[in-house]
Amino acid sequence: MNSQLNALKCIGSRLLYYKSFLNRKSATSCLTLCVPFRKSQSSFVSSYSGIISNIPLVKNDKTFDKILIANRGEIAVRVIKTAKKMGIKTVAIYSDADARSSHVILADEAVRVGPPPSDQSYLSIPAILNAIKETGAQAVHPGYGFLSENSHFVKSLDEAGVVFIGPGEKAMADLGDKIRSKIIAKNSGVNTIPGFDGVVKNTDHALEISRSIGYPVMLKASAGGGGKGMRIAWNDQKVIEGFKLASQESKSSFGDDRLLIEKYIDNPRHIEIQILADNFGNAVYLPERECSIQRRNQKVIEEAPSVHLDTSTRKAMGEQAISLVKHVGYVSAGTVEFLVDSKRNFYFLEMNTRLQVEHPITEYITGLDLVEQMIRVAANQKLFMKQEDIKYKGWAIESRVYAEDPEKYLPSIGRLSKYIEPVSLTDKHEVRCDSGIVEGSEISIYYDPLICKLSTYGETRDEAIQTMGRALDSYVIKGVTHNIPLLREVIGSSRFKSGNISTKFLAEEYPEGFKGHILKNDSLFELASIAALVHAKRDVRNWCWKDGNESFSNRNVPNNWNLWVKIHNNNSKIETVNVHVERRSTTLQHKDEYQVIVESHPPTIVNAQWPLESPLINAQLLVPNQSKRSVTVQYLDPLPVGFRLQYMGTKFDITVHNKRQHELSQFMIEKPKKDLSKVIISPMPGSVISVAVNVGDIVNEGVEVAVVEAMKMQNILRASRVGKVKKINVKPGSSVAAEEVLIEFEDEEQK
Amino acid sequence: MDKNKIIGDGVVTGHGTINGRRVFTFSQDFTAFGGSLSKMHAQKICKIMDKAMLVGAPVIGLNDSGGARIQEGVDSLAGYADIFQRNVLSSGVVPQLSLIMGPCAGGAVYSPALTDFTFMVRDTSYLFVTGPEVVKAVCNEDVTQEELGGANTHTVISGVAHAAFENDIEAIQRIRDFMDFLPLSNREQAPTRYSDDPIDREDPSLNHIIPVDSTKAYDMREIITRLIDDGHFFEIMPDYAKNIVVGFARMGGKTVSIVGNQPLVSSGVLDINSSVKAARFVRFCDAFNIPIITLVDVPGFLPGTAQEHNGIIRHGAKLLYAYAEATVPKITIITRKAYGGAYDVMSSKHLRGDMNYSWPTGEIAVMGAKGAVEIIFRHVEDRTQSEHEYIDKFANPIPAAQRGYIDDIILPAATRKRIIEDLFVLSHKQLPLIYKKHDNCPL
Repeated sequence: MNSQLNALKCIGSRLLYYKSFLNRKSATSCLTLCVPFRKSQSSFVSSYSGIISNIPLVKNDKTFDKILIANRGEIAVRVIKTAKKMGIKTVAIYSDADARSSHVILADEAVRVGPPPSDQSYLSIPAILNAIKETGAQAVHPGYGFLSENSHFVKSLDEAGVVFIGPGEKAMADLGDKIRSKIIAKNSGVNTIPGFDGVVKNTDHALEISRSIGYPVMLKASAGGGGKGMRIAWNDQKVIEGFKLASQESKSSFGDDRLLIEKYIDNPRHIEIQILADNFGNAVYLPERECSIQRRNQKVIEEAPSVHLDTSTRKAMGEQAISLVKHVGYVSAGTVEFLVDSKRNFYFLEMNTRLQVEHPITEYITGLDLVEQMIRVAANQKLFMKQEDIKYKGWAIESRVYAEDPEKYLPSIGRLSKYIEPVSLTDKHEVRCDSGIVEGSEISIYYDPLICKLSTYGETRDEAIQTMGRALDSYVIKGVTHNIPLLREVIGSSRFKSGNISTKFLAEEYPEGFKGHILKNDSLFELASIAALVHAKRDVRNWCWKDGNESFSNRNVPNNWNLWVKIHNNNSKIETVNVHVERRSTTLQHKDEYQVIVESHPPTIVNAQWPLESPLINAQLLVPNQSKRSVTVQYLDPLPVGFRLQYMGTKFDITVHNKRQHELSQFMIEKPKKDLSKVIISPMPGSVISVAVNVGDIVNEGVEVAVVEAMKMQNILRASRVGKVKKINVKPGSSVAAEEVLIEFEDEEQK
Repeated sequence: MDKNKIIGDGVVTGHGTINGRRVFTFSQDFTAFGGSLSKMHAQKICKIMDKAMLVGAPVIGLNDSGGARIQEGVDSLAGYADIFQRNVLSSGVVPQLSLIMGPCAGGAVYSPALTDFTFMVRDTSYLFVTGPEVVKAVCNEDVTQEELGGANTHTVISGVAHAAFENDIEAIQRIRDFMDFLPLSNREQAPTRYSDDPIDREDPSLNHIIPVDSTKAYDMREIITRLIDDGHFFEIMPDYAKNIVVGFARMGGKTVSIVGNQPLVSSGVLDINSSVKAARFVRFCDAFNIPIITLVDVPGFLPGTAQEHNGIIRHGAKLLYAYAEATVPKITIITRKAYGGAYDVMSSKHLRGDMNYSWPTGEIAVMGAKGAVEIIFRHVEDRTQSEHEYIDKFANPIPAAQRGYIDDIILPAATRKRIIEDLFVLSHKQLPLIYKKHDNCPL
């Protein structure tokens, strides 16, 4: 009787679940879409709760009943977490591309705001106002990006009687304008970069200006762009020389004798001050964040605090930030960005009137939840702390993990076929992942390709760096190209460890562009040893057959191997290492210990925790009489004769040959250049929906060139090779027969 | 030249083990008379083929033969026929593999064609009945060896070869990997190898893999690799008739075969080539006790004169026949569309399917909503309303579930667990065969 009842219940819940699937086409009714998901997948939702849930609330009182988060992705998820902690109901908004995203699933309610392009969805003020009306949200958190610094949005919320969780309209507008904000800063007594732009009469005039600015100064033609013709002078003598040359050049090259003399900031570091202010005139500054590791003015790695600041500079910067904030009547959280030179002179850059992307590292060292503070200020509460209450402890580092090729800085799109965050690396909550995606999520063309903000914490900077290295090694991302190789390389570099960084770090370290980790003697040995171990373990597995119905036998399993490990290094060389491997213990699989011997290296014991074919290999290498070394390597894919491993963040294709294969490999014929197809043909009769290229376009392999609809199904046709489009034979709407040539490519250039 | 003798006569034969399991093999040597087949050459091959049958072990042929040894005349032809006869007698008893490692012409091509699987090495192996010179003389066609019978031709256009590899080392290594999937003979069950992939692993990302828009395509191979052990899928004919995906994998360590419609290519429609490709694969698996897992997303059979004139009816019937005939465990998952006759064909309950499931996204009906409404309400002007009604009523798995044609509607994330559980249940499946001399499959 009871079991029957249970079975009935089972069927009932399944039907409910099933109905939600049916509703998947009517995207407006998201409630039915997400409720059963939450029920059935509670396990993966709980994996979101990271460090935010550990930060205790300042007090348990009422702020709002319900807030709307006008954003998507990780920041929406992050705000929802704090709101949940504070007992506030949450409303997510989503575009069609995000209907099944994490922020939608986590929120209590979700409203569709439009099609995928952000100007029609996340940037559409009317659609968001509608969503507020529909759900009765009392306040809006804008996150960062999208409408977070749009004063019109704040104004329309004010008019609608809805609270904006952020600064007031006027302060936002004043500080949002780059030029106006500099003037305001100057008037508030904040250091700005001193300079002179105009006609410099003579050498004396130049010296006068330079002295008033203070050395070093930079001289260049006003008309010249960028760093062209830039001269740096550290003393009077150099100014005299530089003035002559620069003014001559200015006249001859541009026919314009105006010169720009500006304070030169050597080895500039980007350091910013987080502030919090309430509606009652109270404001505090929090410890700084250093964001000097940048590429093309985009932050890549941030840390808090900065190695560069001393107590007095920190205090001076903080006080200037506060005076700016008080001057314009700014409330909520905000960030004042400064450039700091090697002598710790600092100059105002701009102010960001929102929650910063890199706020987690400040939360790590201060133990404050900045979103909670913002919500409290918005609910007209007083700041509960004074400047002297602000304490900080330890060190935090954040790496921005992007879906982009770190060599060419091109964004990558696709489905995350494998995705494992390293949150359980330590049990002390020293790793925090702010992400809005899960395995199977799509990184689309419509939005920022940020995968995750990976932050680590340590008592000291070294500890935080070490944890970051391990976290990056253990972070499994497959399906899109990502920038972990670059992040890992920076984190592992001795210059980063020394703290001697500047905004020019990446340009100086990789003048010819980043190419991936290059194996040297020791790292080559390490990787070859682990590769040999992987090969041996897989080979042992290949001999484990089930005997009858009972158990696996490992009769005659090999116990030594003579291998040639061939690693494709990033300097376009193939490194061949001869490795002798011996299996030392006789137990099956996991606990085996292996000894590897490579010429000119001492015999090394290697063992590894590696459930076969799983992505993470935690290996230990032990050279007798030396300490044990732990290395995390990722097993990415098997290859026909070998496999692909990720080591130090970089992927390596590894071929493993036995003795005979190695001897014969020299006889393998060099492959002729592949004859790739020059045309794109229609796979079946149908009609062309769209053509994505134009004649003369150069397309990459795998790029969509056209869509053909047939049998009510859309087939995406992709380029099978890199090539230039020579001819397009169809246009959208034309019907095509099977095997009809749609697009032709030009012949490949002979090299 | 006929007086010239070579020790061993251009072929090496013998037996050995692959990861501890017995196989018989022969390897032709192109440096001895171009690997041409003499009487003795044939006898050596026949000898190991007989022995393999006797002990129940696979035969792997490494083919590199220019054809018959002309100097020997009819003796050589007799030798060929002896091999062919043994290929046929062994068929369905022990697995037979051919790896083409050099130019093979004339009689040399038919023995590989009779074996279960033919693999080739890119750029160095060729298969053709008559070489380019004869083609030029007879048909006045200019064609290179590669175009006429290279690995690309046979894996993409003709479907003669089942896969191609980059070079000899890779080819032999991959054959070893492939042999690990197969039982040694039809007297054995599909083998089980150790695996660390948990049998109860759930995969939440499968819940989102079917696109919201039901006309959008997705990659069936991704579903396959997520379901199977370690994601290791040995695909058969990956470049031919790509609208159906077939290949070997392991689940819970045990070898299974996978057949799946591929929505990425021609919407996963069944046409002549895909039917024939899958039919032969299903028959192999049935012969060698390898359970068949079928993943269905099929909009139907491909219409049109090209297909009808070339006999889609009799070729489509091959797949229908193969599924209906198979007695190994058959587990079917409908991921999305299962329309019309193609629903029946794809290992449906009605063809003795053992376990038939549908994901909640399943659409099991005679045809798609639009087409159906156009026929039923042919005289009605505005058919949108009827179309919605049709979708609600038929474009879902409930009607089939109510009638017992599918056993359950399952959560995609739990699919792996369900399949492995069923494989355990079905591991002792016995279905008595009716005596017949042999069947009459529509060839």
